[in-house]
Amino acid sequence: MSLTVWLIALAQALLCAALAPLLIGWVRLVKARLQNRCGASVLQPYSDLRKLLIKETRVAHTASPLFRVAPYIVFVAIWLACATVPLVALDLPTARIADIIVLVGLLALARFFLALAGMDVGTAFGGMGASREMLISALAEPAMLMAVFTLAMTAHSTSLVGVMEHHLTDGFLLRPSYLFAFGALILVALAECGRIPVDNPATHLELTMVHEAMLLEYSGRHLALMEWAAQIKLLLYGVLIANVFLPWGIAQDFSPAALALGLAAVLFKLAILGAALAAGETVLAKMRLFRVPAFLNLALLLGLLGLLSHVILEVGA
Amino acid sequence: MSLTVMTLLEQFVLLLAALALFLSFVLLAQARLVAAIHIFAWQGALVAAVTLTVALTGQASHLYFSALLTLALKALLIPWMLHRLARRLGLERHTETLTRPALVIMAAVALVIFSYWLVAPMVEHGLVFTRNIIAVSLAVVLIGLLMMVFRQQAVAQVLGFMSMENGLFLAAVSATSGMPLVVELGVAFDVLVAMVLFGVFFFQIRESIDSLDVDRLNRLTETGEIEERRPA
Repeated sequence: MSLTVWLIALAQALLCAALAPLLIGWVRLVKARLQNRCGASVLQPYSDLRKLLIKETRVAHTASPLFRVAPYIVFVAIWLACATVPLVALDLPTARIADIIVLVGLLALARFFLALAGMDVGTAFGGMGASREMLISALAEPAMLMAVFTLAMTAHSTSLVGVMEHHLTDGFLLRPSYLFAFGALILVALAECGRIPVDNPATHLELTMVHEAMLLEYSGRHLALMEWAAQIKLLLYGVLIANVFLPWGIAQDFSPAALALGLAAVLFKLAILGAALAAGETVLAKMRLFRVPAFLNLALLLGLLGLLSHVILEVGA
Repeated sequence: MSLTVMTLLEQFVLLLAALALFLSFVLLAQARLVAAIHIFAWQGALVAAVTLTVALTGQASHLYFSALLTLALKALLIPWMLHRLARRLGLERHTETLTRPALVIMAAVALVIFSYWLVAPMVEHGLVFTRNIIAVSLAVVLIGLLMMVFRQQAVAQVLGFMSMENGLFLAAVSATSGMPLVVELGVAFDVLVAMVLFGVFFFQIRESIDSLDVDRLNRLTETGEIEERRPA
């Protein structure tokens, strides 16, 4: 039994990596349709990754060994983080090895190496991107932790499985704190994944880019790994938001029917979230970098209000 | 009392109250005057929704009328009057530069904690549900007061005053299922008359000091000469 469970966990981790380009392709397709363009196929990101993987990898003369290992570290850290988030089934051993705080730590590790790699070659763009990334993450991380603590206080556990189980056993409740934490996590996800009010994912040409600026020196399989990691990160936040706040449908045992239902449910939730993201990106304009702290302060305020409303309104004496 | 034993309507009241508190925060930090007026209107609509929900729980039927009155007055009429005033005073694009917005928000968070601490000793068993709402309404009142202290612009101060009234109304509705209808009518018309008077005052203030920045009232001069420093 234990072996099958581990096999399911492994399959789920592989599924995370396999689904990530599909999600980004879906977001791009919906966005293109909303902007009256035809748009590329949903499978286009897979072709892009394949193309990058078979291309030759060039490295700048000034690059240190860190520049070469950074893509692998970033990819592995983010993939590991994604594997600990329950995607299809709830009670998998991979989800038990890490709680939410470890998850935030893994993301921070990936970000640290990404910023180091951006600065490594010594180009102006890389350093600028790294400094901006650090500015954003320094503000986003407290907000994320605040939102996560709200969830953890409700469930009396920092494990994601514990939070979801608590939510499932309670049934449908209108929790003000969850609403605030939901808002905070959405804002943090937009900032951390470099989506539109904070960073524009579709351009290499502006002086305002953040994430792309750090990747300018990468090519070939290194670039493929970095892009893939960014796609997995988007998937991670999507699954986190979808499954923590609306866990219904996730498989609670390991029967094939439950697993199929869980997969269908998570695909449905991600499709809705991706379409909402595309719609938001079509409606909103990118904000100035110096407005980003105000944006993330709002996220922090939402997280804080989530904590307060949990204590005041939901616990009671 | 935990959420699991509450009915869905009671949970809904809590949710709306929490949202009203959030809007208080947004109102406090909003620099644009017209946007602040809109937020105030939404807060009024939320208070009306709370009143309607409490009425739906079937405790007092006159609350239906009260909800309608709140919606008409707080969410439609007063914001419309404020909007018209802002237009006539040429303040449609007015933006107030807030000094230290993060500090003000932190002060507001401290006020929320303070109001919770203040009502926490009310441990009467049947009161737990309403006690929580009273903490939230008290916080709304205090944040309105904070807004009146920190804002220099007269219209923004009036918004703070009006949101204080929203907090009081929220407490009255959720804790005691509404005041008697006569009192409510009285308060409603008081607020309306206050609004009209504020409008008159705005024009008076602007005529005498050539601005709506009430900090300038601190500087008393006999000749009436005021240094020319118009806000940007």
